Amino acid sequence: MLKTFLIGLKDLKIAFRDRAAIVFMLLTPFLLTIGMGLVTGRFSSNDSSGALNIPIVIVNLDNDSLGDALVEVFNSEELADLVEPTISQDAEAARTLVDEDETTVAIIIPSGFTQSIFSENINQSENIQIEFYANPSRPTSAGIVKTILDGFMARVDEMRVGSITSVAQLIISGRISPEQANAVGEEMGARFENTSTDFNETLITLNTSTNETETNEVDMLAFLAPGMALMFLMYTVSYGGRSILAEKAGGTLPRLLVTPTNSMQILGGKVFGIFLTGAAQMLILIGATTLFFQLQWGDVIGVVLLVFAAVFGATGWGLFITALARTPAQVGSVGTAVMLIFGILGGSFFEVENLPVIAQMFSKITPNAWALDGFTSLAFGGNLASLTTPLLALLTMGIVLFLISALLFGRKNLVQK
Amino acid sequence: MTNILEVKDLEKNYGDFKAVKGISFEIKEGEIFSLLGPNGAGKTTTISMLSTLYEPTAGDATVAGHSITKAPMQVRNAIGVVPQDLALYEDLTAKENLIFWGQMYNLSGQSLKNRVDEVLEQIGLTDKAKNKVKTYSGGMKRRVNIGVGLLHKPKLLFMDEPTVGIDPQSRRAILDTVKDLNKQGMTVLYTTHYMEEAEELSDRVGIIDHGELIAIGTQKELTKQVGETETLVLHIGENEDPDALAKSIKGINGVLEANVINREIAVITPSAKDVLASVVTKANERGIKIHSIDIREPNLEAVFLHLTGRALRD
Repeated sequence: MLKTFLIGLKDLKIAFRDRAAIVFMLLTPFLLTIGMGLVTGRFSSNDSSGALNIPIVIVNLDNDSLGDALVEVFNSEELADLVEPTISQDAEAARTLVDEDETTVAIIIPSGFTQSIFSENINQSENIQIEFYANPSRPTSAGIVKTILDGFMARVDEMRVGSITSVAQLIISGRISPEQANAVGEEMGARFENTSTDFNETLITLNTSTNETETNEVDMLAFLAPGMALMFLMYTVSYGGRSILAEKAGGTLPRLLVTPTNSMQILGGKVFGIFLTGAAQMLILIGATTLFFQLQWGDVIGVVLLVFAAVFGATGWGLFITALARTPAQVGSVGTAVMLIFGILGGSFFEVENLPVIAQMFSKITPNAWALDGFTSLAFGGNLASLTTPLLALLTMGIVLFLISALLFGRKNLVQK
Repeated sequence: MTNILEVKDLEKNYGDFKAVKGISFEIKEGEIFSLLGPNGAGKTTTISMLSTLYEPTAGDATVAGHSITKAPMQVRNAIGVVPQDLALYEDLTAKENLIFWGQMYNLSGQSLKNRVDEVLEQIGLTDKAKNKVKTYSGGMKRRVNIGVGLLHKPKLLFMDEPTVGIDPQSRRAILDTVKDLNKQGMTVLYTTHYMEEAEELSDRVGIIDHGELIAIGTQKELTKQVGETETLVLHIGENEDPDALAKSIKGINGVLEANVINREIAVITPSAKDVLASVVTKANERGIKIHSIDIREPNLEAVFLHLTGRALRD
C-alpha cells in the first residue's frame, strides 16, 4: 500500500514538473474559460449573470396564494435571464409542449394546492403535489428549474412543519386544548399566506435554507469553468496512461519489476498517480476560478466528492485508452481525440441538450456530461442528494472501465513476466 | 567459497526462437563473473531471467539459495540490477531518483537518507545531487543508473553492458567502480561484448553465443583451449578481395586458420614469425597491398574466434 502511494506521488511530482503538461492541464483550460467568458459576456459588466432563457410553462390551476407566489418567483426580475416562463391554463397542452421539445419543463400547480398546505386539519392534509414535467433530453436546464422549485417547496415545507411543531408544543404545554388545534393551525396558515411575499423575495435569489445570506447567482462561468476543466481532465488521464507505456519503453517499469515490489502494487501506483494528478488539476482549477472570478461552485463536500468521482471515471477512460494502445504516442493522439470528442459530447462547448438526440445518447458515456450535470446542480444550490445520479454513473463508469482495462492489460502482458 | 548463483539448464524461447538454450554455470561469492558474447548472444535475456523479470521456459536458478521461479521476491531482495539502457526518471534529480528507488527496495527513514548520501558519494555526484537527471551527461546518467543498483547493498549485482555508448573517461570510472565494489565484497555478474573489459575485470568468464554457453573458466583456462597460438591480423585496402587471399593463406604450412572479419584477415598460427614471410608473399602474388599487420597473443577474442569462427564484434 505504501509503495502504491509512493509510486503515485512520484508520478504526481513528475507530471507537475512537465511544463508542457502544466500548460495543457492548467493554463489552457483556465485561459479558455476566460476566453469563453469574454465571448459570452461574463466579464463585460458588473452583472455576473449570463443569459440562459430556459423556456418553461407554468400551469397555475391553484389560483391561490402559494400558486400565485410560485408564478411570481419564476416571473421575477432576478430570474429574467435564467428562465423564460409562459403561463397556461391547460395542463395537457403544457405536457405536449414538453414532449414536442418546444419547452424544457412544465410546472403544473394543481387546484387546491394552497389549501392542501394550509388545510383545516394540518395533521391530515391532502397529499396534493406540484407536477414537474421535464424534457429528458434537457437534463441541465431541467435540473436548474428543479433546483428553483425545490427551493420554493423547501421553504413551504419549512413553514408547514414549523406550524405543526408550534401547535403540538402549545398542546403539550397546556396553553391550548387539542380541540383548539385546528383553529390555531388555521390562523397560522393565514399568517403564512400574508408573509408569502417575503419568502418570494428570498426565493428569487435562491438562498439556501441553512444560510440565507449566501446567494447562488446564475453565472455562465458555472458552466464554462467545469466544462473546460473536465475536458482537459481527459488530457491529464491520457497523459497518465501514456506514462505507463513510456515507463515500459523507457526501462523504469522493468526495473520496478525486479525490485521487491509486486505487479499489483506497481499498476495500482500508476493508476493512483493518474487519479492524484487529475484530482490535483481539478482542485487547482476550481480554486483558481473561485479566487480570480469569485465563482461559486456550491456545496464544498459535494464539489470534492464530484471531483473524485469525475476523476475516477476519467481515469477509467485513460486506462482503457492505454490498454488499447501499443505506444505512448498512440495514447497521446487517441487521448487528444477523445478529449475533444468528449468535450463536445459532454457539454464543454455547447449544452448537451442542444446536440442531436444520438449525440445526447453518446454523451452518457462521457464523464464530462455526468460531472457537468453535477457541477451545474451544485452551482445552482443543489446538495449531496442531487448528486446521487452523477456520482453513481461516474463510479460505475470507472469500475467497468477499470475491469475491462485490467483484462486488456493482462493480455498485453504489460507487467507480467 | 559457496556459490551465490547456481544456474541449471536455463532456457528461454520466444515462439520458435530459442534465445537461451539450456545454459548452466555457477558464480562463487566474491567473484566477478563476466558473460562475454556478441550482440544477440542471449546475455540480456539470461540476466532478465536471473533477475526474475522473465520467466524461464525451462530450467531454474538459485540466488543465495532462493529459486528464481519459486521465490522471486526473496531473489529480488538479494540482487541489484544495473540494466543496459538507462532506467531513471529524468525529470527527477539524482537524489530524488535514489530516494524513490531506495523506497522500492524497502529502505526508509534515516537509513534511506544515509544510504542515498553514501551512494551519491560513491558515484561522485554529491555536488550535483539536486540537478535533474536530464541535465546530466551520458556518463553521469550511467553512474546514477549504477547507483540505483547499489542502494540496498545487494549480495549479487547484475550489470548488463553498463559501458555501452559512453566516453572512455566514464568507461574507466565505471570499471574502477566495479573493481571497488568487488573489493568491498560484492559479487558481480557482468555482461559485455568488449573483450578488454572481461579480461580486466573478471575472475572467470563465460563465453556465450547464439544462446549457448560455449566456454567457461578463468582467462588462462580459456586461452589454453586455443593452444599456444598467435594471431596475425592483416589490414588490407578497401578495394582488395580478402576472401581469395584468406583462402590462399590457409594453404601455407603452419597456418591453422585464416578468417575474414570485417575486411581484415585473422591468421591463427603456432608461430607468427614463421609464417609472416609466406603470408606477405601470397599477398604480393595476388597484387594485394597490405596496410599493416598486428601480431596478437592468445586472448579471449582469439578464443571466441577459435570456438565460433567469428569475431566478437560481428
